[in-house]
Amino acid sequence: MNATDAATPTKARRNVFSLVQSQEATLAVFLVILLAGLAIATPAFMDPQNIRDILVNASFPAIAAIGMTLVIISAEIDISIGAILAVVAVLTGNLALIGVPIPLVFLIGLIAGTLLGALNGALVAYARIPSIIVTLGALSFWRGLVIYFTQGAWIYNMPEAFHFAQRSWLGVPIPVWMMAVLVVLAGLFMRFSPLGRQFYAVGGNRQAALLAGIPVRRRLFLVFMLNGTFTAIAASIYASRFSVVQSNAGLGFEFQVITAVVIGGTSIMGGTGSIWGSFLGAVLMAVIATGMTFLKVSPYWLQTVQGSLILLAVILDVLRRRRAGAAAGP
Amino acid sequence: MPEPIIELRNISKSFPGVQALSDVSFDVCPGEVHALVGENGAGKSTLIKIIAGVYEPNAGTVRFDSQTVQMLNPRHAQEMGIAAIYQESSLYNELSVAENIFMGRHPSAGKLGAVDWNAMFRESEEVLNRLGVQMDVHAKVGGLSTANRQRVEMAKALSKNAKVLIMDEPTASLSQHDVEALFSTVRILREHGVGIIYISHRLEEVFELGDRVTVLRDGHRVDTKPVSEVNQGQLVSMMVGRTLDTLFPKRDAEIGAPVLRVKNLSRRGLVSDVSFEVRSGEIVGLAGLVGAGRSELAQVLFGIYPAESGTVEISGKPAVIRNPRQAMALGLAYVPEDRQSQGLILPMKVRENITMAILETLTRFGFVSYGREDQIAQSYVDRLQIRTPSLSQLAMNLSGGNQQKIVVSKWLASAPKVLILDEPTRGIDIGAKAEIHRLMSQLAQQGLGIVMISSELPEILGMSDRILVVRKNTIVGEYLRGQATQEQIIATAMGLDNQVAEGGKTVERN
Repeated sequence: MNATDAATPTKARRNVFSLVQSQEATLAVFLVILLAGLAIATPAFMDPQNIRDILVNASFPAIAAIGMTLVIISAEIDISIGAILAVVAVLTGNLALIGVPIPLVFLIGLIAGTLLGALNGALVAYARIPSIIVTLGALSFWRGLVIYFTQGAWIYNMPEAFHFAQRSWLGVPIPVWMMAVLVVLAGLFMRFSPLGRQFYAVGGNRQAALLAGIPVRRRLFLVFMLNGTFTAIAASIYASRFSVVQSNAGLGFEFQVITAVVIGGTSIMGGTGSIWGSFLGAVLMAVIATGMTFLKVSPYWLQTVQGSLILLAVILDVLRRRRAGAAAGP
Repeated sequence: MPEPIIELRNISKSFPGVQALSDVSFDVCPGEVHALVGENGAGKSTLIKIIAGVYEPNAGTVRFDSQTVQMLNPRHAQEMGIAAIYQESSLYNELSVAENIFMGRHPSAGKLGAVDWNAMFRESEEVLNRLGVQMDVHAKVGGLSTANRQRVEMAKALSKNAKVLIMDEPTASLSQHDVEALFSTVRILREHGVGIIYISHRLEEVFELGDRVTVLRDGHRVDTKPVSEVNQGQLVSMMVGRTLDTLFPKRDAEIGAPVLRVKNLSRRGLVSDVSFEVRSGEIVGLAGLVGAGRSELAQVLFGIYPAESGTVEISGKPAVIRNPRQAMALGLAYVPEDRQSQGLILPMKVRENITMAILETLTRFGFVSYGREDQIAQSYVDRLQIRTPSLSQLAMNLSGGNQQKIVVSKWLASAPKVLILDEPTRGIDIGAKAEIHRLMSQLAQQGLGIVMISSELPEILGMSDRILVVRKNTIVGEYLRGQATQEQIIATAMGLDNQVAEGGKTVERN
């Protein structure tokens, strides 16, 4: 049973609004309402400095969420990004301390994150181990290594040039610029490049993708590697934002990022989702966190709220699928 | 006529944007096989889902055993005695045959109510015997053939004393031999007084098995008649609302040079020592029982499971195929058997599915050229008459026939020299089927070499220029168009003849 047999003949027309799919639109509206509510409740919330802080807080999860979106669209998961973030943050902090030139420090950090992602990718794509297991192992392994090498000590006294994330350009903090550029580029990439299309295909139906000549394993490897790269960029911001790097950096970071992606409308079943949605998800979470502080809600509630959001997002996803299924019929 | 066991009166059901059923009445008597036919999208599935308690009708009444009932959910319907065998199996692969038959109501023994395994195995055997089936009740269901899994489902229905059994396309994935066995099982159930609702796209089954037949079209009931009072042509015209001159409009194409030549192709367990060729403009039918190795041959050829030995030549040039990507690049295309799990990416758009295999050629400066993509997708939508509201419609929202056309489009877009079609018309309605057949003829006329795998013998006989019969992973017979009969092909496929065909010269033993 389906709607289309009865429908009018095909017309080649691209809907301008198809850029904004339902979940993203819902999210954007919700975000606007939330901001309006907060502005009324606590006028200080709309202070430019506060908005800047919120955006900086959203920037590194949003950047990591780009990689995570690719992973989840491909119907995989990566829960090791918090640990990868810790490795890169501690590594760059230490390299800066021993006097390695700052551009080189971040280049090395970027390469390290990419390699760690590639290792996950190799185990998932070529050794064919389920990604939840691979990244669970990686999470423990790298986290343990970081604790061992730092002995739990904090890293501080990095040179001034290390802290690029504290600087601004045209009144906008550098991390926010980075987020904006990367989100736009990645969004365009996923929408208009053949590679982006292939990631959707790999997550939508791996068998059909393989039969259509898409090198599925290579794509999966690439997705995890890119996730490592984006995590490394997020880690650079994270490390340089404050004057210290803690040895337990990025604890729970994976949860924060996965929540942003799922709230943003990317289906946990793979095959659908957008970078734009994940970006909105990350911003929403940063607004909620700051908003709660302003409303003097105990920060202990934050995790509960995040947990509720992720469940809500998944329930919406399931409902949407069910409705689509009922309309399309068997 | 006895009282109907289940009766639907003036049922209407709509979904957002579709009127699936309007004012449909339908009934089934005990000990009757009531066939339900109609094109895809006619409302058959909706109707049986209402009977099975999956959907609630918007209007109309359902009466069971002369009582008006309200079916709350599938479980409620099952408790009343309505069993359904859907196209997708509802069995547990990791459990034994007996456990599946008694799922949810294991016989228990002792004070603690532990499962009485012996009783369960014994009773399972009894139920299967009543169906005339011999089967190891200890075996895991996952290892059974499709036909045997269906038998388990039927045994389950019988053991629950089901009064109504719904069978949705039960023969879609069975070979001819298994179909016969299924029919005798259905007849046994009918003798036990079960009312059977039988859905099939194969009209000859309706005539062989049905007592009455109801035709649905676009959500309306066209008519209900005793099977003895209608013929196939009448049914088809009732279904489509027009007369189809012929189901298999095969047109002659000029047969040219070989485009595909396979020699001694082997891969252990899948293909053993297969040699054949396909010429341009030729349609080669691969016949055989399910499990004989036809799809496996296609998959080895296409590089999904690369061959271990043997040679392949495409247009006279030796070809080495290690994966589907290489096969594609060399000019092979494979439309797989299961369009939903292997052919389509359901959550993606019609346009994206059509251009999936040629994305790289649509890329300019690293980006997909949307203009050209639309142009190409639209050209296939027009040419294959794919009914979709727009190119941006998700593939999951289209009917089976239209989905199949999308999969075929995807492969035609890759401009292949050889097109392998694996069960191209399974489970699609008669109108779409005729369109696919017409398209195959057209493509052959344009010089494509076509390999068609089909379990429907009339299709094989109607469409093929040459028929290869596969048995035990190798080719055991070859017939030219017009030389073979259904009986000969079945006999060859089952290994009933001693002297294997050379140019159709088979010796029949009867």
